Amino acid sequence: MSVKNIMIVGVGGQGTLLTSRILGNLAVRGGYDVKLSEVHGMAQRGGSVVTFVRYGEQVAEPIVEEGQADVLIAFERLEALRYLHFLKKDGVVIVNDWRIDPITVVTGAAAYPEGILDMLGEARRTIVVEATKTAKEMGAPRAFNVVVLGAAARYVGFGKEDWLKVIEETVPPKTVEVNLRAFEAGYCMEDAAGRE
Amino acid sequence: MRIQYRVPEGRTAVYTEQEIRRKDVTEKKILLGNEAIARGAYEAGVRVSAAYPGTPSTEISESIAKYDEIYAEWSPNEKVAAEVAIGASIAGARAMCSMKHVGVNVAADPLFTAAYAGVGGGLVVVAADDPGMYSSQNEQDSRMVARAAMIPVLEPSDSGEAKEFTRFAFELSEKYDTPVMVRSTTRLSHSQGVVELEERREREILHYERNTAKYVMMPGNAVKRHVSVEERMKKLAEDACAMSVNRAEYRDLSVGFITSGIPYQYVREAMPEASVLKLGLVHPLPRKLIEEFAGKVDKLYIFEELEPVIEEQVRSWGILKAVGKALFTVQGEYSANMIRERVPAIGGELPELSEKESSSLSPAQVPARPPILCPGCPHRSVYSVLNRLKIHAAGDIGCYTLGAVPPLSVVDTTICMGSSISTLHGMEKARGKEYIRNWVAVIGDSTFMHTGINSLMNMVYNQSSGTVVILDNSTTGMTGHQDHAATGKTLKGEAVPAINILNLCRSLGIKHVYEVSAFDLQGLEEAFLRETGRDEVSVIITKAPCVLLKGVSFPDKCVPIPEKCRKCGACLRPGCPALTKNEDGTVSIDETMCNGCGLCAKLCKFDAIETRRVNKSADTARKD
Repeated sequence: MSVKNIMIVGVGGQGTLLTSRILGNLAVRGGYDVKLSEVHGMAQRGGSVVTFVRYGEQVAEPIVEEGQADVLIAFERLEALRYLHFLKKDGVVIVNDWRIDPITVVTGAAAYPEGILDMLGEARRTIVVEATKTAKEMGAPRAFNVVVLGAAARYVGFGKEDWLKVIEETVPPKTVEVNLRAFEAGYCMEDAAGRE
Repeated sequence: MRIQYRVPEGRTAVYTEQEIRRKDVTEKKILLGNEAIARGAYEAGVRVSAAYPGTPSTEISESIAKYDEIYAEWSPNEKVAAEVAIGASIAGARAMCSMKHVGVNVAADPLFTAAYAGVGGGLVVVAADDPGMYSSQNEQDSRMVARAAMIPVLEPSDSGEAKEFTRFAFELSEKYDTPVMVRSTTRLSHSQGVVELEERREREILHYERNTAKYVMMPGNAVKRHVSVEERMKKLAEDACAMSVNRAEYRDLSVGFITSGIPYQYVREAMPEASVLKLGLVHPLPRKLIEEFAGKVDKLYIFEELEPVIEEQVRSWGILKAVGKALFTVQGEYSANMIRERVPAIGGELPELSEKESSSLSPAQVPARPPILCPGCPHRSVYSVLNRLKIHAAGDIGCYTLGAVPPLSVVDTTICMGSSISTLHGMEKARGKEYIRNWVAVIGDSTFMHTGINSLMNMVYNQSSGTVVILDNSTTGMTGHQDHAATGKTLKGEAVPAINILNLCRSLGIKHVYEVSAFDLQGLEEAFLRETGRDEVSVIITKAPCVLLKGVSFPDKCVPIPEKCRKCGACLRPGCPALTKNEDGTVSIDETMCNGCGLCAKLCKFDAIETRRVNKSADTARKD
């Protein structure tokens, strides 16, 4: 198969590293060559964060370049818009319907764009996920990232059982149960949204 | 924890913490470049590793610390780390030190002379450069430093090579009696790729014999050693032509690239049919191999991030068709698109711009989202007071450098590790005591232990009147929570006596040293006003652990009470990212982000925000 390009974008602290590791382990489990590229250090502190996952028969560069992404997984609306141009024409964006104001908006130096979901939908195939809301209702607000991953699962590929197994093996032991539930919630949500 | 890998027959690999813990062992794993470097050192039989944390190098030490066979430490700074490794090498063991590119400057003194002394056991220096400056104050190229120090440099292109090259570096080091640098970049260090694991090959410690001609670098000995250094580099350059780490890949001969490291991957991605001379050893260069390659290809590109280190040497040999920085930048990271856009396709031309535009979206114009201090960060509280008092700060390296940007806007200068204290001293000596009455130096606890203490000694000795604020959050925060000499824990997790920063400052003879809670706004204000007005050097240690530090729990959340809100915006002023101004002027506080530090509640004069104990189960996903 040709190389599959996935991007995970969000705000530093939202757990992009963990989700990219789940994807990476999934690809290795599937017998693929895989490369992931992450952001650490100062760039991570509440800033815009992007993580790349590429897998296939043989992967050269570890990053996804503009216009090359198959799937864009976004934990926040503005970040989805920021990286939208990385998607291929037939790429799909899975976006958490959640807003976090950048400091530039908090201080009044900039305005948070209105109508982001419409802009996404007009440009590319867009799946909107109420992940933060769902995770809060589950009593595990921080597990929203795995809810988004659940919703993204069928656009990424791999069998559901593989996902569950890899999540179990990748997340910290004490959070396995809550993360499996979070994945399930996202996966089912997409079951409905997928038929549109 | 001992990580022992045994390979069950025919099993494919998944890399998980649990598997390592279960010793359920695998042959192939996906590892960060940094983890692969650590693995290479482990397999090479390294016994001693020393480092100071610095993005993007930190995970090398964090990973190496998990191997029981290796002694690994956080040293107070890179100079100390390099000297520890040099000592271990002279004593006959394989040793390694790792650091970010600017750390190489701190370690330069011992490294330049270690190149003369040579090694006992293999000695490897890992330097992690940061093209694009994801987390750094400059974009320097460690290959330039290594050239000046006459230290050979290996540069891997992926995680697999990171492991192999690190292992090979120890062999080179011993064979040629030289320290060897393994150069990484952020993109390599922080990318994960598939690595084949092998067993550790244990190395006997070499017999030690006193050898002053080699290890005492005073003029008479160093003069002779310099001769051997030159001979060794010449020999290495010749041998490099036959080393397997340098590899000519001949494909279409109309276009050839000379490249190394991560840029090699971009070449392969953008132009898979082009010929490539992939250099693993980038210093010294294999001249004959390069001349041979240059002779076979029609067009020759040199594709190297940052400085034209390869290009300038190649052109100096008269290979003038080599094109490098005329086409590619000295700034930032490279990409495959850079080649696609600037190098004509084989048998074709440069792509038309319109062609690209029609098939893809242009970047949306959206507000920037720069990094910021976390919700609940004690630095925000301290800065909110300094900002209110209109006090300027000579800053330093850490998360708290972010105090330079609005709305806090307190930090005026940041140069390098430890520089805050000495730059404030210099300002005073230039403009007098009165000028720095509304100035302080701010420095983190880890940075203070790194090199800040030296500058404080200078303040005492040369009679400064400055005020030093040590932002003590009990950890090295920005690099992801590493211990240091004042935290009471080693890299290996052992409990040790913590150096008491207050006593340390007092021991220098400073009479006015005070500790204040970082969230005691009134106490901070009093201390800042009192000490900046004082005619002698003083130290204020603001204390509160980093909110992200393991074991630090914030049971409370800040909750707005809209009925009481007068819409004055006082709570928003410190720029906490958990707070959002609603359209009606009241505020919302994101409970998933709030750490309940209470700063916004303290700043509200109308009790319109309260700090309230929340249901713990709501927060189990992160805090276990």
